[in-house]
Amino acid sequence: MTLLRRIGAQNLSLLGALVAVLALFGYLNPDYLSWSNVRVIGNTVTMAGLLAVAQTAVIICGGIDISVGSQVGLAAIVGAMTFAKTGDGLANGSAVAAIVVAIAVGAGCGLLNGAIIVYGRVNAIIATLAMLAAYKGIAQLISGGQAVGYLQGDDLFIFIVRGSVIGISTMVWIMLVIALAIHVLLKMTDIGRNIYALGGNATAARLAGININKYLLAVYAMVGVVAAITGIILAARSGSAHPTAGSEGLELKAITAAFLGGCAIAGGRGGIGGTLLAVLLLGALENGLTVEGVNPFWQNVAQGALLVAAVVIQQRRTGDRPVGLPA
Amino acid sequence: MRLEVRHISKRFPPVQALDDVSLEFPAGSVTALLGENGAGKSTLVRIINGEHPPDTGRVLLDGQPLALHSPADARRAGIRVIPQEPEIVPYVSVAENVYIGALSRRFGRVFDRAGLRRRVGEDLARLGFSRILDPDTPGRDLTAAQRQLVEIMRALTTKASTVIAFDEPTSSLSEQEVEALFDLIRRLRADGLAIIYVSHRLGEIFRIADRVAVLRDGSLVGVAPAAETDEARVVRMMVGRDLSAMFVGGSRRPHVAGERVVLSVSGLTTDAVTGVSLEVRAGEVVALAGLVGAGRSELCRALAGDLPIRSGTIAIDGVVTRIRHPWEAIDAGIAYAPEERKAQALLLSRTVRDNIVISVLDRLRRFRFVRGAAEREVAAGYVERLRIRTPSIEHEVRKLSGGNQQKVVLARWLARRPKVLILDEPTRGIDVGAKAEIYQIIADLAQSGIAILVVSSELPEVLGLADRVVVMRGGRVAGSLDRGSATEEAILELALSGGNT
Repeated sequence: MTLLRRIGAQNLSLLGALVAVLALFGYLNPDYLSWSNVRVIGNTVTMAGLLAVAQTAVIICGGIDISVGSQVGLAAIVGAMTFAKTGDGLANGSAVAAIVVAIAVGAGCGLLNGAIIVYGRVNAIIATLAMLAAYKGIAQLISGGQAVGYLQGDDLFIFIVRGSVIGISTMVWIMLVIALAIHVLLKMTDIGRNIYALGGNATAARLAGININKYLLAVYAMVGVVAAITGIILAARSGSAHPTAGSEGLELKAITAAFLGGCAIAGGRGGIGGTLLAVLLLGALENGLTVEGVNPFWQNVAQGALLVAAVVIQQRRTGDRPVGLPA
Repeated sequence: MRLEVRHISKRFPPVQALDDVSLEFPAGSVTALLGENGAGKSTLVRIINGEHPPDTGRVLLDGQPLALHSPADARRAGIRVIPQEPEIVPYVSVAENVYIGALSRRFGRVFDRAGLRRRVGEDLARLGFSRILDPDTPGRDLTAAQRQLVEIMRALTTKASTVIAFDEPTSSLSEQEVEALFDLIRRLRADGLAIIYVSHRLGEIFRIADRVAVLRDGSLVGVAPAAETDEARVVRMMVGRDLSAMFVGGSRRPHVAGERVVLSVSGLTTDAVTGVSLEVRAGEVVALAGLVGAGRSELCRALAGDLPIRSGTIAIDGVVTRIRHPWEAIDAGIAYAPEERKAQALLLSRTVRDNIVISVLDRLRRFRFVRGAAEREVAAGYVERLRIRTPSIEHEVRKLSGGNQQKVVLARWLARRPKVLILDEPTRGIDVGAKAEIYQIIADLAQSGIAILVVSSELPEVLGLADRVVVMRGGRVAGSLDRGSATEEAILELALSGGNT
């Protein structure tokens, strides 16, 4: 009973849906549940998973970051350019320098988002919608709209995208470690508790002595850092950085996963466990539809339908009245 | 027209919210519904309004059973509940707000602005609101009283209501607005409507009600004509015991104020208050009295770091302290329980434990990890000490009654062990029983040497609690009265006309 309560009804229904999806496609196609296909699913969901866990923290704060995809692109471009510059102009540069610079760029983008929201008092959706365009534009400007760098020859990058540790890909490990770190931060530290408080009732949090501006800045910066890491993995995977690689649906998938995983748009509710389950569910569904040869456009429809269904079920269960007009 | 409920029971496990309640609401009569928080008043009103189906029992109008599945059904039957805070569309006019949902039915699909204005103008004149309400005022500019008037107009114009229920209508109204509302209620009564009036305020019940019905723990304790009962008897019925001992204050609370000045404010000026100087000693309870808008809450918020201070100094234990943010006030030893419990203090969807320990997480952590056992111990300790009635410390705060929610806020700040405790309207919207407990807690805290500053708009509360009363008027201190000289008249005189003591 206590175990069930700890997992929560939201996560249980996600788990149920995941099992159903796995069983359905496993039945239709025995190869679907093979270890190699499971690894494929794991690798595909890594990028969305990274962005989704970071997004979860922002949404719990009562914010949202739509610009993560553009931050992915910008950080990847600057990282790849650093790699090229430190090498022979195209390749063989310093992977460590590339990663450090990319993360710095990501943190900077995140801080700027946070500053606009906190000090400019701009609504988070509008601020990050604006920066979605701006960061993408900057990435396109400095790259000339082209793919940048040749990352395939570097050992570190190869290890990140193709290596594995005890049977699981390095990049999946990276995602799991970051997810675990954010989970521990949210659930076990005073920082996380203050983040939940801030999202639940910002006025109360402020009057309870929480420096909410500092928290918001830090959380948006954290998203930037995670976006940069995602950008590096993405670039290493495709061999070069592309300015719009992260802004072609990846950010929306991350936000979808966060809400599917039980985050409340108003903030104060949600968790990493639910988000990861939702990411897995989306990945398993997408992969299954692909394996079955379903028209890929249907995958978008399925993803949208799933989100609507999840939110409808959530509303029904919490008993929130959808609209409260007098009539 | 006569509304009647027969043998209504409703259970919200594990609470029996209503237990076999039978009651009549005759036409042309104001029936007051009284009871402590949690006694079942709101549940009864919600059942009449179709928001909850009763488990057993029926609602009858003129002897005909009603099938109420939603507030819309109730409205069709002619029953209208006026909520405390009616839904008003902020960006459209009063006229459109009144006829919301009924606009197109009358004017086809083309919106007839002039016709609507004329019609609402006539309605206002007929109901005698012409001078209070302008049909062109946008919804966002309406006062609390005007919002209720709009809701009442909705009830009387779009559908001919025959039963109107007011749920705590005066909690946000000024004295003049209350008068206007009472005039209206008397007129509605004269027109033959059945009026249901839910309120905590005993004084006004006896001014407006013809009949008084008292609920306790979900059961109807009694119904009596207002003329044949009195406040003391009603209070006894509400709480089931005699509350003459309610005020721990008065002359019975030992005067424990020491000589040591804990909070010293001098020449404090903010956007809303000017040149305020006051002192609170250890163990002393100082009440801030004054009219709404006199700057009392703004003074408290400035002391708590919530509003910017333009000039003046604040000293805690003799040390001048700069307070620019709430956390600086907290670090200086000032704890502040704001006026709006739910909006400004509580994390409603989080647990009692979360809400209590939020102020002391920095003391309960090892490295940055919160020590689970320590926080449970703190929370459980205060739940017991303040007698917070909750199934467990893991219960959501939104599910507690107002009095217990307020105790959670107090627990939060007591856990911090402050030197100064500022309480803004600590008993607003709390039932009598819980009020007495809060008074006891405040008395105990003073006993333990905390300097306490209380804002209250209820004069008996001010007189019962305070060692000293500081009266504010127009953002300034109008005067200070010690326990011997503080009377309701003296306070009101200072609050209204000013002067020195």
